[in-house]
Amino acid sequence: MNASTSTATTSARAGWRPFAPWLISIAALLTLPAVSAGIGISVINVIAIHIVFALSYNMLLGQGGMLSFGHAVFFGLGSYAAIHAMNAIGEASYAGEGFWAHFPVFLLPLVGLVAGALMALLVGWPFCRRAGTAFAMITLGLGELVATGTHMFPSVFGGETGVFSNRMVGPVWFGLELAQPADVYWFMAFWLFAAVLAMWAFTRTPLGRMSNAVRDNPDRLQFIGYPPRNVRFLVFIASGGFAGLAGGMAAVNYEIVTPESLSLLSSGLALLMAAVGGLGIFYGPIVGAIAVTLMNSLLSDFTDASVLYVGLVFLAVVMFAPSGLAGGIEQVRQAWHRNELAARWPVWLGGSLAVTALALATILGVELVYLLSHGKDKLAQALGLELDASSPLSWAAVVALVAIGYGLWRATGKYREANS
Amino acid sequence: MLETMVFSTLNGILYGLLLFMLSSGLTLIFSMMGVLNFAHASFYMLGAYFAYALGLHIGFWPALFLAPCLVAVIGALVERYGLRRVHASGHVAELLFTFGLAYVIDELVHLFWGSIPVSYVPPDYMQNPLFTLFGTDYSIYRGVTMMIAVFMFAALWFLLKKTRVGLMIRAALTHGDMVGHLGHNVPRLFMGVFGFGCALAGLAGVIGGPLLNTEPGMAQTLGPIVFVVVVVGGMGSLIGAFYASLLIGLLQTFFVAFDASIADMLGAIGISVDPYGEITGITLASLAPMTPFILLVLILIFRPRGLMGELEP
Repeated sequence: MNASTSTATTSARAGWRPFAPWLISIAALLTLPAVSAGIGISVINVIAIHIVFALSYNMLLGQGGMLSFGHAVFFGLGSYAAIHAMNAIGEASYAGEGFWAHFPVFLLPLVGLVAGALMALLVGWPFCRRAGTAFAMITLGLGELVATGTHMFPSVFGGETGVFSNRMVGPVWFGLELAQPADVYWFMAFWLFAAVLAMWAFTRTPLGRMSNAVRDNPDRLQFIGYPPRNVRFLVFIASGGFAGLAGGMAAVNYEIVTPESLSLLSSGLALLMAAVGGLGIFYGPIVGAIAVTLMNSLLSDFTDASVLYVGLVFLAVVMFAPSGLAGGIEQVRQAWHRNELAARWPVWLGGSLAVTALALATILGVELVYLLSHGKDKLAQALGLELDASSPLSWAAVVALVAIGYGLWRATGKYREANS
Repeated sequence: MLETMVFSTLNGILYGLLLFMLSSGLTLIFSMMGVLNFAHASFYMLGAYFAYALGLHIGFWPALFLAPCLVAVIGALVERYGLRRVHASGHVAELLFTFGLAYVIDELVHLFWGSIPVSYVPPDYMQNPLFTLFGTDYSIYRGVTMMIAVFMFAALWFLLKKTRVGLMIRAALTHGDMVGHLGHNVPRLFMGVFGFGCALAGLAGVIGGPLLNTEPGMAQTLGPIVFVVVVVGGMGSLIGAFYASLLIGLLQTFFVAFDASIADMLGAIGISVDPYGEITGITLASLAPMTPFILLVLILIFRPRGLMGELEP
């Protein structure tokens, strides 16, 4: 939660450069459907949802210094509000009258936004008195409370199965009937871009800057006349609203909302994505959301231990790279600006080789254990490998990889320190 | 009615003692290092699974002693090579680390023992009734469990209050630097306390596994409740954690036992409402899983330092 990078000034640079990231994003969003054959458009839609969710989470943790374990409450309630609104649209347009008959499905994320912000407004004030452990615990309590409470109101939350709906109802905007995932993609792209732009703009507002100050030194903020509690509360509402927006996007994408979306697991996912990407940098959660979602969806095709790998990556990031994946990107970028890339790449290469060797050792070890305890292994079959868990050779390979990785790490360590 | 009262009290106390066994370790760790160990309940689960796996080979009783020791070793290693490393990055990083650790331990349990419950049961003779009251049996195992719990608390009290190590621990809780200046190895003490706290959680798993089902979700169901206990009792207060454990244990058990709906209760005071309505049909039993969290939120709003705590979290 190093602040220095998140508020790097771009205003000094003239011309088109401040707009470059946005123009590149637009170009990427426009060309993505054409080049996405490898991973599939529906995965990309999920990534869009997760990016907004992770960024809204980082408004709290990375920018406001509030560690929350109940962020999924706002995501889930936004989802539920949107899906009930979708059902209302369906019924109203069948009857042909009423407010909802004229409400396009395209605008449903706004319903989620309002629901999330309202929920945060309702519960947030007593929560925001303190940051730190107290805030973490009370949000954990809220999360568990709502998650267990959903089972008591089946007419609202749909019990175990959740609430279903159909997104092909109501007025059609921009010719998007939302029948295919490819149609949904343009919907996602629009809201993703709008939400990221809005959240970035939020960091440039006085309130956004105040939230950084309340993270770094609440006492001093109090002395200069800004009650930290008010600042936290406003940030909490904004963050809850954007989480609700992501929930609304999810409702349109899945056409079903289950109580799972409000659970601690879902809150943990937001935390995981934001932390893996990097909490101190605005685009960190974007990188994290892409990486974690891709890992989750691609790995689950090949191995049953995908969640374990995601957890291990998270642990490794927390332990060895507290500034996350985006922190690494920033390092490379700065070295490039200072023309130090040539001097530093051998060390980085050595370091990444070490990490690769250790990662391979971990994967091999995990899959061998899997083979032992479950009898079959999907990853080995997918790669066409014949793993033999009973042969000492396989285990020797694990040990050898660990030794190579550790040796490389130690050998390059000297130079890494000398350079940094 | 009396029968339900007696057995709910007994079960509630047993559940409360189990909760205290978990929360005492968590409280010790918290007051010493200022870190809320999110993976604490995972160590509890490890205890249960280790006892199950060891018990298959060496029998129930040896496993009962060995499993907590194994958990202690793992806990100490986690402190030495993981937590100490992230300590430099602050409390949020520590919380994140233990959060990730909980994830990984849960998945490792899936990996080794599969996702269905394992049949971790005490020996047959312990299923026999210890006494029979109102025609309901109370098994020997429950009695033994309660005895182990009580014995462990006596030992914990003795360790903290009457031994030299306990003196050092209590001193390090409040004046860590000074204890260090006096020549004691505080980091090693931390490692020891972390390991010991994990061993307590492991022991809770060993004796609680057969009672509460040994399955990969057991850490996730109990973990948040243990946090509630620690916060409600007051961060860093062992005696507060004790009262809070019993309170939550009894509350939950009684709510399950007295299966009255809101309509029934309103009816008792003379207001008649639809007994099958969505809100009025809610029973106390279905409220039971929510009670700890309602308590948590209320305490944090109205009395943030908890029942017996001296400091706000």
